Amino acid sequence: MEYVLLIISAVFVNNIVLSKFLGICPFIGVSGKVETSLGMAGAVAFVLTIATLVTYIIQSYILEPLGITYMQTITFILVIAALVQLVEIILKKASPALYQALGIFLPLITTNCAVLGVAILAVQNDYNLIKSIVFAIANSIGFGLALIIFAGLREQFELADIPAPMKGVPIAFIVAGLLAMAFMGFAGIA
Amino acid sequence: MESGKMNQLKNFTKGFIRENPVFALFLGLCPTLGVSTSAINGMGMGLATTFVLVMSNIVISLVKGFIPANVRIPSFIVIIASFVTIVQLLMQAYLPSLFDALGLFIPLIVVNCIVLGRAEAFASKNNLYSSVIDGFGMGLGFTFALMLLGAIRELLGSGAIFGYRFIQGDGILIFILSPGAFLALGYLIMLSRKVNK
Repeated sequence: MEYVLLIISAVFVNNIVLSKFLGICPFIGVSGKVETSLGMAGAVAFVLTIATLVTYIIQSYILEPLGITYMQTITFILVIAALVQLVEIILKKASPALYQALGIFLPLITTNCAVLGVAILAVQNDYNLIKSIVFAIANSIGFGLALIIFAGLREQFELADIPAPMKGVPIAFIVAGLLAMAFMGFAGIA
Repeated sequence: MESGKMNQLKNFTKGFIRENPVFALFLGLCPTLGVSTSAINGMGMGLATTFVLVMSNIVISLVKGFIPANVRIPSFIVIIASFVTIVQLLMQAYLPSLFDALGLFIPLIVVNCIVLGRAEAFASKNNLYSSVIDGFGMGLGFTFALMLLGAIRELLGSGAIFGYRFIQGDGILIFILSPGAFLALGYLIMLSRKVNK
């Protein structure tokens, strides 16, 4: 039950993009088409979950016993950068098709604040190993959900007649605001 | 000499309107939306980012000759992360209330695309002096954007700016909440496009 609540809270109530404002750059940047946003969501989910697992282990078995938790930011970002590189190399060998599909999104994940944000949040909230992983997966789903819904909306209003200064990014933000309002409706669940 | 000065001035002011990181380049949007609930939070975040931006621009423009090209991005990230940790510790010690208000977004300065973007696009190609000016210009442009958005959201949401009340009674709560951030920024970007034209 505890885990169900954690998942619902992370996916809907405190959605990582629409209420915590993490991962806005890819949310605005690669949400032009549903297809590409699916690829991005998959790649982020992959890196985010592994990164949270690895940073959890580093935090509780290296940084905390040595009393150097102030090194958290530096260590975590290096771990994430290395992981992204590793994922890139593995995918290139193991599944060239997926690698081709993800293309430029993979290296960009290093600077996706959702990845570092979730890793730090899991530590700040004092989650144990299993809870951290569940939290990471739930946030990946939340990110993917927001991104794909938003891409679907953007595909639709691409065809609409929008005043010139509003075209592109401004209207995207307004639509994101309305989507965030819709997600606020989930607040009653928690 | 005169034209050199003009160039530096241009280099400094470009970050405010024409190449404003938020309104024109759409960089650093996560902290922009996340901490702009009030003008003072926006200013604090902007200044913290400016510090990291200037310091990392200084170091990167000094060491650019020693870093091999294929490991330059990881090296830049380590340099930036060091300064972020410094800001984090300083703020925790001297400005604990601001530290709590900004929360997660302080360590996240590391992944702010503005900082890495300026390191890669400017500091790694230019001398120390112009890199410092560029860092200040971009940082203050970012601060300006955050403060403006923070002030608008604070005014609409609670009728105050920097905590000083202008309008009595309840504000439009939605502007303090997350949807208001998206809406206010959307309209601001639209306005800045209109002005730039």
